[in-house]
Parts: sequence; structure tokens; C-alpha cells
Amino acid sequence: MLSVTDLAKSYGQGDARVALFEGVSFDVAAGEAVALTGESGSGKSTLLHLCAGLDLPDAGQVRIGGRDLAALSERGRAGLRRGQIGLVFQHFNLVPSLNAADNLAFQARLAGRHDPAHCADLMARLGLSGLGGRYPEQLSGGQQQRVAIGRALAARPGLILADEPTGNLDEATGDAVLDLLLDLVADTGAALLMVTHSERLATRLPRRLHLHSGRLG
Amino acid sequence: MYRAALSALLSHWWRHKVQLASLLLGLALATALWSGVQAINAQARDSYDRAAQMLGQGRYARLVSPEGPMDQARFAALRRAGWPVSPLIEGRLRLSDGSVRLIGIEPLTAPQGVAPEGLEATASDFADFLRPPGLLLAAPETVEALRDEPGLPPLRAVEGILPGVVVADIGIAQGLLGMGGQLSALIVTGDVPGEVAPGLRLLPPQSGGDMARLTDSFHLNLTAFGLLSFAVGLFIVHAAIGLGFEQRRAMFRTLRALGLPLRDLCLLLAAEVAILAVLAGLIGVALGYVVAAALLPDVAATLRGLYGAEVSGSLSLSPAWWLGGIAIALAGAAVAAGQSLWRLWRLPILAPAQPRAWARASDKARRVQLAGAALLFLVALGLGIWGQGLVAGFALLGALLLGAALALPPLLALVLRLAARSARRPLAQWFWADTRQQLPGLSLALMALLLALAANIGVGTMVASFRATFTGWLDQRLVAELYVTAETEPQAAELREWLAPRSEAVLPVWSVDRPVMGAPTRIYGVADHATYRDNWPLIAAQPDVWQAVAQGRGALINEQMARRNDLWPGDAVDIPGRAGMPVVGVYSDYGNPQGQVMIGVDLLVALYPDVPRLRHVVRVAPTDAPALAVALRDEFGLPDDNVTDQASVKAFSLRVFERTFTVTAALNVLTLGVAGLALLLSLLTLAQMRLPQLAPVWALGLTRAGLARLELARALMLAALVMVLAVPVGLVLAWALLSVVNVAAFGWQLPMQVFPADWLRLAVLALLAGGLAALWPAWRLARMAPADLVKVFAHER
Repeated sequence: MLSVTDLAKSYGQGDARVALFEGVSFDVAAGEAVALTGESGSGKSTLLHLCAGLDLPDAGQVRIGGRDLAALSERGRAGLRRGQIGLVFQHFNLVPSLNAADNLAFQARLAGRHDPAHCADLMARLGLSGLGGRYPEQLSGGQQQRVAIGRALAARPGLILADEPTGNLDEATGDAVLDLLLDLVADTGAALLMVTHSERLATRLPRRLHLHSGRLG
Repeated sequence: MYRAALSALLSHWWRHKVQLASLLLGLALATALWSGVQAINAQARDSYDRAAQMLGQGRYARLVSPEGPMDQARFAALRRAGWPVSPLIEGRLRLSDGSVRLIGIEPLTAPQGVAPEGLEATASDFADFLRPPGLLLAAPETVEALRDEPGLPPLRAVEGILPGVVVADIGIAQGLLGMGGQLSALIVTGDVPGEVAPGLRLLPPQSGGDMARLTDSFHLNLTAFGLLSFAVGLFIVHAAIGLGFEQRRAMFRTLRALGLPLRDLCLLLAAEVAILAVLAGLIGVALGYVVAAALLPDVAATLRGLYGAEVSGSLSLSPAWWLGGIAIALAGAAVAAGQSLWRLWRLPILAPAQPRAWARASDKARRVQLAGAALLFLVALGLGIWGQGLVAGFALLGALLLGAALALPPLLALVLRLAARSARRPLAQWFWADTRQQLPGLSLALMALLLALAANIGVGTMVASFRATFTGWLDQRLVAELYVTAETEPQAAELREWLAPRSEAVLPVWSVDRPVMGAPTRIYGVADHATYRDNWPLIAAQPDVWQAVAQGRGALINEQMARRNDLWPGDAVDIPGRAGMPVVGVYSDYGNPQGQVMIGVDLLVALYPDVPRLRHVVRVAPTDAPALAVALRDEFGLPDDNVTDQASVKAFSLRVFERTFTVTAALNVLTLGVAGLALLLSLLTLAQMRLPQLAPVWALGLTRAGLARLELARALMLAALVMVLAVPVGLVLAWALLSVVNVAAFGWQLPMQVFPADWLRLAVLALLAGGLAALWPAWRLARMAPADLVKVFAHER
């Protein structure tokens, strides 16, 4: 589903240019769940952004479903994110002026694949029944992240990219949210790449990639 | 996709109703003030055009005599020679209370459009119109006003005639005007068969006529103030849209991350702004109608008092005006949203969504603003030195005001930085630093306040300087104790004889209206007397000026005529009947935009034997004046209005003067109100975003009431700072109005005087506006539940 080849990214210009990573290659197959770990500042989130087409690499390729992201226009990459990728952010990034139900259905609506029954099912499975009318500010952190996970899954994407999805939650809530995420991803058969700095959470996923000193180990 | 994204974008406004209200209200008010002024201008211009059409000026050429009225025999002679002409007479018909404009036409030869429509409706009407006692046609309101006037022929209401205008058959009109056998002009209804007859001049057709030209400057003034109000309103819109964009930065990032292309996002935001603009535009044009309807009676009175122009007091507006209102709302919204959309277009998808990023962008924007302000000040300076004419004058004002507005945020930031440096206590340090952080969110409202205050100071200084000069000028010029107008010329002769032994002097005030240098001009005759020599306010003169005038060797002209035609002592002016009359002096003549020429009274009578010899000024010991006035009324049975004393004439002149600025003052107050509203709405919007900054200070030990007091103090301090900066801007504005715009618009140059007491009053108003604007947000903060403040720590906002 996701194929990364010889990826390199650096920041700064001229003499101040700092290489973040280079020669990074890996694949994530459909139905596979992979943890991406590394120290703070190692470039985990940047790598995830490159996989989502939010940023472009200095060298190398990112392919999703066989399509090279660099070869696509900004509009093409946006279309790919809309239809094939589900994103989960550390800070939830819900739309503050939409209620929980509308937030959950939002990406599916954008992609033109809104299925009310599927969204209702997700709401129920995420333990959000009865909370659909609440706005993000009226939800706890755990509830907000569950809405964000629902949003990522509502359009039935082939690839889920999650950036520290439990990083903003306490341990117990984080574990519960992660369980839900893994269960739902397993049910849909989507590929999952999850960035985490937690060794404990990383061991919950069947495969692990570790980014260290700009190289993937 | 678009529907889901648009509904998400619009949902922001649903959740931020105050912000939505401020956006709609700002744009609606801006549109209202602009379209209100446009409605007034359109109504006035329509009236001028209709007046011109009635006189045949609009579509038809006219033959006039440079000497004034022509003999009726000329009409007959030209008709016999095959000339397609129709006679016309025009004059003021004096009534017991004021006067109306009487137009006499000859319906059988008058071309289409000159005679009122519907005249031929019935044979009996037509016959009544032609045969004595005649039939007077007028607008319904004029008929109503003339209903009880004695000695008039029957009246008939006809739609399409301007208020204050009465149309009659030419023979009837000649009788009523006392101009038997005379004509004002001949309307040319076809091709001219040959050379223009000697002693006549052919005037080409003109749209709008002289009145439109004469009043152009007045309407340009109104338009400029409308534009200023519109600009102040746009600051609110700009602030509301800017904050709306800032608050949704995280949403924009999420939308893009979820797959909405940047171009589509920008298009959707543009569509959102357009939807809101159309909505606000509709409210705005409706409000504009109300504004225009409220101001029109004053404008009509001003135009009547200043120019003798009759403007209908009721509004009739075309669909183009309504569409124009919507269009200006859309254009205003586009201008206000342009910067925000441009920033969004340039913002990388992964840019941080925190307000600090916006503030940093504002730091850069502030430097650009300062450079822009410097450029605009240079343009203003250049226009002040080299610019000429009204358009250059208004361009100067625009550059000056916009430059000052742009320079405000950097100047305030500098002041706040200096204050922060001098602060010793931690709370004071936080106060100044926090105020600086708020500047990006407040600067647009503060700019609007600066514009409104500066305009207030500028216009206030101009009006007060004008008033002081005008009052002094009146004192100087109106020295005669009594002003007497006889009802007939035989009565005037008797009156002079009767007054001679009872007064120190009886001086004629006789005048004729004649075109001079292509513009309507009043030519006065002046007697050789110390009253003029000692008091008449001359601004340029040759040494023997009064002697030259008395001997018919020279003429005095008023300042507006001098400036308009660049005529000064030593030059010559052509007046009807006397070409190359030397100009021997120029006198100031405020409150009158028309040109004036003063010549010796003997020459006036010689050149224009038909001059009405009715008005006189009487010099008498001031203590004897009241008794003499009573005696005059008793002896000659003169109405009260025909014998007026100096105080009454001054009071009347001052009333006309005050009325001239009624509309300007109203627009000024409205603009200040809009600016106060801008500040209130900005503070209300910011109040919601301020919690993350206020909650930690509260948690560290400051009470909510203490924070609320600081918020109030901050608004007052900012309003005071803006007021201080508005004073120099307002004074430069006043200078530009007095020395550039007034000279170009009216032909008067006035000395500038400053009135610091007025600034103090305005400062109190500014503080009041700032305080009131901050009161509600501060009160809400003081009463905010601690749980709401704690939430700040529970959520990433």
C-alpha cells in the first residue's frame, strides 16, 4: 500500500543545511500495522508528513497504491489524501465549529463517500453514541481523539497515518484509544503507520521501524 | 466535497455570532453611508437634469442676448426669417413667503420636452393655459405651498415639474414677472438657417446645465465624506475577516491535510466572503436609503440656500443604484479580504497554526505598512506642493489619511515598547507586553478610530476657522444699520426721498444677473461712500480702488471669481456691455460660490437700465435704527421681511452658513460612531481569544476583577494614544481642507485657527468610546466562571 524508497529530507540552506534523514526505504502492506519510533527531533513526524504528501522529499520516492506522490500536482496529492489516506493527529485537529458527528463524517463527505450507517456504526464502536451533538470543546481529550480516529476511518481509506495519536492522552485513555484504533484498522484491512515515541506502545504493533541518526533501523 | 467544506467554513460564523455580526454590520454600515451619499447625489443630479430639460438647455440650443432680456420683437422677426425658435422667459416670482422660479413658455412653438407632459391632455386645460387669467402648472407640493397665495392665477398639479418651479404661458409669466414684452431666451428647435443675428449669442445644448457645474464641488465634498465613511466601515470588515481567518488557521490546515486543495479552499473562502457581502450589501442599501432620506431635506435646503438649486425632497432611485450598492459591498469585501486570502495562499500547509505565527507575520506586515505610510506621506507632500484642483486636493487627503492609518500600528508598537522598557513592576511589564501582543488584532479598529478622530479634528477645525472668519467678515461687511426693500420702483423713489432727511445715507444695493466669462454672475452697483471705503474686506486692490469704481474706470470682483479665472488687479474682465473693464480690486465673499462683479452704480444703471432699483441700505445712528424701522413699516406699509436690521441679516447669513455644514457634521458623527463600533466589535471578538493569555495571569494570583480593570485601562490608554496621534493628522487635514480643497471647491481661502477646547471635548468622546467598547468584554471577564478559565489549561486551544 505504502512504498518508501531512498527518501531524504534536510532543513535549512547553504552551510546551515542539516540532513534530517536519508536513504530511508520501507514498505507497508495492506492490513499491516507498523510503528515508527525514534528520539525527539529524529524526523518521525516529517517522515509521516512526506508519506501523507503534506511535504515533498529532497530525494527518493513515496508511492501510495503505486502512485508516486512527487509526480502528482498539489491538487492530485490533495485528492489522494482525501480518498485514500486517513490522518490522525496528536492534537486531534477537529473542526471546532462542527459537532462530533459532523467532524466524524467530515472527511467522508469531502471524499464524496459519506455513508451515514457506517458513520453511526463508527460512533457506536468508538463509544461516542449520545455525544454526536457536542462540540469539540465540550469533549474530553480521549473523546476528541476517538472522533479524530472515526474521521480518519469514515471514508474507508487504504492507509492510516497516525502521528502520536495517544501522545496527548493519559496512559489508560491512550491504551483504550490505541486498542480501538488497532481493532478498527484490522477490521477494515487498511495499512497503518503510527508514529510514537513510546517503546511500550510500539511493542503493541506487530512491526516496528526505528529512525535513528537519520537512518532507519 | 465543496458542500462539506463550505458548510465547515460557514459553521465558524454560526459559532462566532458576534464576529459574524461585526462583519455584516461593518459592511452594511460602510455600504449604507456610501450608497446614502450616492443616492443624495443621484437625486440632486436628476433634479438638475430635469430642470435643464424644462428650460430646453438639455436638448436644445438657446439664443440669448449678452445684454440680458431681449425684446419680444426679436422673436417675431426671427420667426418671419424662418428661424425655428420658441420664446422663453424665466425669473423669480416673489411671494409673501419666499419666491418660486417662474418659467414662461409658448406651448404652440415649444419643442417636445420643454412643455410639461400632459398639458395637451384636455382642450379645456390647454385653453385655460393660454388665455387670461392663465393656468399655473407646478409639482403637487408646490401647488400645496402656493394654495393660499393671493393674486395668482389658478394652479394645477402636474407630475414631472421640479418642486419650487412654476410653468405658465409666456404672456401670463411676463405679466407676473413685470417683464412685459421681454424674453429671457429663444429655444432653437431645429437647424439654424444662417448667421446668428447681431446682438445674440447661440448657446449649445448642455446636459445638466450650469447648476450641475456650480454644485459639482458640493457633491464632490459629499462623495469624499461618503468614501471616508466607507473606508472606516471597511476597517471593521477587514478586522472581522482577518480575525475570522486567523481563528480558522487550524481548520484550514486540517482541511488541507484532509484533502482539500489550496486553490479550492481559497475559492470557497472567496465564495463565503461573496455570500456575506451580498447579504450585508442588501442590508446596507436599505440602510443607505434611510440615511439618504434623513439627510436629503438638509442637503436640499443647503443647495437651495447656497446655489438656489431646487432638489426634490423625496427619493426616487433607479435599479442601478441598488445594484451599485451591492457591487460596492462586494468590492469592499474583496478589498478587506484580499490580504487574508493572499496570506492563506502563501501559507505552507505545515505552518504552525498558533496566533504567534500570525503576530510574526504582522511584524513583517508592520514594516511594510511603515514603508507604505512613508510613500503615501511623500505623495501627499508632493500633491500639497504641486497639486492643483479638487481631485488633487482629495487625493492629498486620501494619501494623508491612509498614510496616517498605516503608520499607526508601528508607532503604537514603538510607544508600547518604550513603555515596557520603563516598566519596573512585573504586572506593568506584563501589561505593556500583553498590549503589544494584542496590537495585530486591534490595529484595524484603532486605525478606524484614528481616521474618524482625525477627520473630526480636521473638519471641525475647518468649520470653526470658517465660522470665526465668516463672523468677522460679516461684522466687517454688514455695517449698515437697516436693509430696506421697496415693493415697487415708485415706492423706492418715495422711500429714498423720505429717508434722506432722517438718515446719514441711503445707499442702493442694485444688481443684475448676467453671464460673465461663461458663468452665472451677479453684477452689483456700488455708491461712492465711506461705508464701502472703510469696511469692505478687500484682499487685493490698487491704490485708488474706490475712486476708480465710483468713476466707472474699474471693477471689483469677488475672490471665487478671481481664483477661478485667475483675474487680479491689473487684469481686465469682460462684462456684458463693457469689454475690457479693468479689475481694480478683489474682495472676500464667503458663503457664496457664485461670481460677483461690483461697478459704480451710475455705470450699472447706464449699462443695464432694466436693473430693479428696490433694495437699499440705510446708515443711521445705531440707537435710532429700531424706531426708524418701525416708522418705515408704518409709513409705507412694508412687510416685516422688507425692513431688516443688521442683526437679522447676520443671523440669517449664519443660519445659511451652519446649514451648509449640517450634512458634513452628520457624516462626521456617523463616521465616529462607526469607528466606536469597530473598536467594540474588535474587543468583543478578541475577548474570546484572550483567555489563553489571561488564564495564566489569573492562575498566578490576579483576580478576575483586577484583570477586567486592566482590560478597561488598556482600552482607555489605547484610545488616548490614538487621540494624541490624531491631533497632528487632523491639523494637517484641516490645512489641506482650508488651503487646497476649499480654494478649489468654493474659491475661498481661509486663515486656519486652532480650537484646543474642541480637541479636549473630542478626547473625552474618544475615551468614552474606548471605555464603552471595553466595558462589556471587561464585565464579562469579571463575571467569568473560574471553570471557564481552568478549561484553558485542560485544552490546547
